[in-house]
Amino acid sequence: MSGLLEGKRLLITGVITDASIAFHAAKVAQEQGAKVVLTGFGRLSLVERIAKRLPEPAPVIELDVQNQEHLDTLADRVREHVDGLDGVLHSIAFAPASCLGAPFMDAPSEDVAKAVDVSAYSYKALTGAVLPLLSRGSSVVGMDFDARVAWPAYNWMGVAKAALESVNRYLARDLGERGIRVNLVSAGPVKTMAAKSIPGFSELEDGWGDRAPLGWDTTDPTPVAKSICAVLSDWLPATTGSMVMVDGGVHATGQ
Amino acid sequence: MADKEEILSGLAEIVEEVAGVAQDDVSTEKSFVDDLDIDSLSMVEIAVQAEDKFGVKIPDDELANLKTVGDAVDYVAANSK
Repeated sequence: MSGLLEGKRLLITGVITDASIAFHAAKVAQEQGAKVVLTGFGRLSLVERIAKRLPEPAPVIELDVQNQEHLDTLADRVREHVDGLDGVLHSIAFAPASCLGAPFMDAPSEDVAKAVDVSAYSYKALTGAVLPLLSRGSSVVGMDFDARVAWPAYNWMGVAKAALESVNRYLARDLGERGIRVNLVSAGPVKTMAAKSIPGFSELEDGWGDRAPLGWDTTDPTPVAKSICAVLSDWLPATTGSMVMVDGGVHATGQ
Repeated sequence: MADKEEILSGLAEIVEEVAGVAQDDVSTEKSFVDDLDIDSLSMVEIAVQAEDKFGVKIPDDELANLKTVGDAVDYVAANSK
């Protein structure tokens, strides 16, 4: 039986622990026949150790999305492992402490700028950096948390996600003529390293399972990982500039 | 089951490698955060290395309970295969 992603070459960012959504996306992708290359930020030794826990140990490339030299050399460094790419997962976000959980009204503009740069502009920066490797039919996927409403605690990270949603639409507009799809997976809360670093994460996750028509398990990243793989596959060939809601259905409810 | 002396010295090697703390400073009564000044991401890396080295699984919820080096040694001793 051939898998959903048989023969696909994927670049997956955002793995830091084996709880990372990106780790589970990489795992499911490999199970579905993909060849995966990871990027890591900061703690390369940790990412490399985690990469060995995948079904197939994956190579790790260093990428700080704020480092122009890293971006300029990314395509060449990816080429050392694969001869092109069929898909990219952007699973990168950061906000200084003033922007998440702290009073919304108090965050200084330079902190907000950093949050938007790392979490939203980087979607363009990453996609642009690997564009020479992407051919017709390839798929770019980013990770969103529904930014159309204001959440408890999420604050300026929510603003950065709203920017990401807009970047997604513009990337889709500009890359459509190359046959490249660009979409976001808007996930419900999953207990990852990043989530636990959000002061007030419990306010976001509390009751999610009760509100979700399909229910929701914050400790199970697999539904999100499978959905990412679906968008990376050939089976949403006419979908671009979209947000695929993977939240148990909470977005559709009136509470 | 590994004995506690071995676990402590193995753990001290990991802490030195990850966080640059001298092995001699890694003793059972020390708190990772308060005494050894280890941040949360370093703790994760230490835990991941300890999992690989000792063949234990340290779930995140458990990791939060391992306040001191002694807590970690006891956990590994009780859970390693």
